[in-house]
Amino acid sequence: MVVTCEEVWREISNYIEQEVDPDLRAAMEEHFRQCKHCTAVLDGTRNVIQLYGDERLLEVPAGFSGRLRRRLEQEMPAPRGNAWGWMVAVAAAALIVIGGVAGRSSAFNTPLRSEHAKPALVAVPADMMVVVADDGKTFHAAGCPFIHDKAHQRTIAAGEAIREGYTPCMRCMRKYLQLSTLAPAHGNDADDSVNRRSGF
Amino acid sequence: MMLSEAMVNPSLQNPGEGSPEVQLIRRVQDGERELFYELVRPYERRVYSTAFAILRNEADAEDAAQEALLKAFKHIRQFRAEARFSTWLIQIVVNEARMRLRRVRADLIEPIDDRTSEEGNYTPRDFADWREIPSETAERNEIRERLLAALASLGEKYREVFVLRDVQHLSIDETAKALGITTASVKTRLLRARLMLRDLLAPGLGGSWSSRLSFVKGNKPW
Ligand SMILES: [Zn+2]
Ligand SMILES: [Zn+2]
Repeated sequence: MVVTCEEVWREISNYIEQEVDPDLRAAMEEHFRQCKHCTAVLDGTRNVIQLYGDERLLEVPAGFSGRLRRRLEQEMPAPRGNAWGWMVAVAAAALIVIGGVAGRSSAFNTPLRSEHAKPALVAVPADMMVVVADDGKTFHAAGCPFIHDKAHQRTIAAGEAIREGYTPCMRCMRKYLQLSTLAPAHGNDADDSVNRRSGF
Repeated sequence: MMLSEAMVNPSLQNPGEGSPEVQLIRRVQDGERELFYELVRPYERRVYSTAFAILRNEADAEDAAQEALLKAFKHIRQFRAEARFSTWLIQIVVNEARMRLRRVRADLIEPIDDRTSEEGNYTPRDFADWREIPSETAERNEIRERLLAALASLGEKYREVFVLRDVQHLSIDETAKALGITTASVKTRLLRARLMLRDLLAPGLGGSWSSRLSFVKGNKPW
């Protein structure tokens, strides 16, 4: 099977999300070996997904939560209203912060202007085996399509990867990551097990 | 030292009938309105960034987000447990933001891509090499501005799909439900959005950063 550049562009999303059948996949891989243009499109498209996939890109503005709460309080005065409900909310949100995703790979670590730029929770089991590439900055689950340098990858324990300064991939490590606002973990298409797994 | 997943992330526990969220929804529906903020707090960012994707400015997005959450509260009794609460919220904010956009549409210059059909193939315009993702601290704000500007230049239907799927990591299915379109449309628009963003970003980010990085590594680019 031989594919043209046009066919490659049409399937590039599916290729990245690993939703093409093995024959097409093989044909596309062969095409990438020979076509610099399509390789550039592939690398760039992956970078787009990776860069925008960082939730800190679209932070809520500073003071957002306070203003939202005030507006809610104004427009829905509780009959037996008191501060109690809000205190419960705060307590529920007080989670244990293990460590920051303060990574070299993230473009948005700096608390740009947001009250929410608290460190993210990292709960990757330290002994889980993960894949790093020597010139990469993130660690991945084996087989993640975002591993950049497939030729120089090695498998080490997650705790080791974190000590070496690697940060978790926003895509494949997503279920272990959580920003301080309890962002829900989604990502698996048409998969009911996800619904069963994630309460929110 | 790592804690177990479930200890840190309550959202990974089984939701089922008794999930904390389902319980919270019921309590709010039964009149404990002071718990509403606790219920929507995990979705603040999602609601805001959805509104931002459509409206493209912070002030409007914040206002639309507040308004949408108030509407969600007023209609909380209409929420049925078989739906996903997050998808329901996103539907409300999408409607709110789209309505506002229609209201001011006359003042806006329609982005070119909203006028073109999404049928037919998208042809990349640029083949700049872009292997590395920039990581220098000093450049982060600049990158952020570039990413947001590129996103804002896409047509509305592409911004919506891209933000729900690639920024918020909703599934294709949830994205389709939240926007009221088919999964096939989600896939077509997503592909276009990604390719258009790559075209917009690769020449700047790819070129400048890859040469800087290779300089750091000692291979002078000249
Ligand atoms: Zn090609
Ligand atoms: Zn990965």
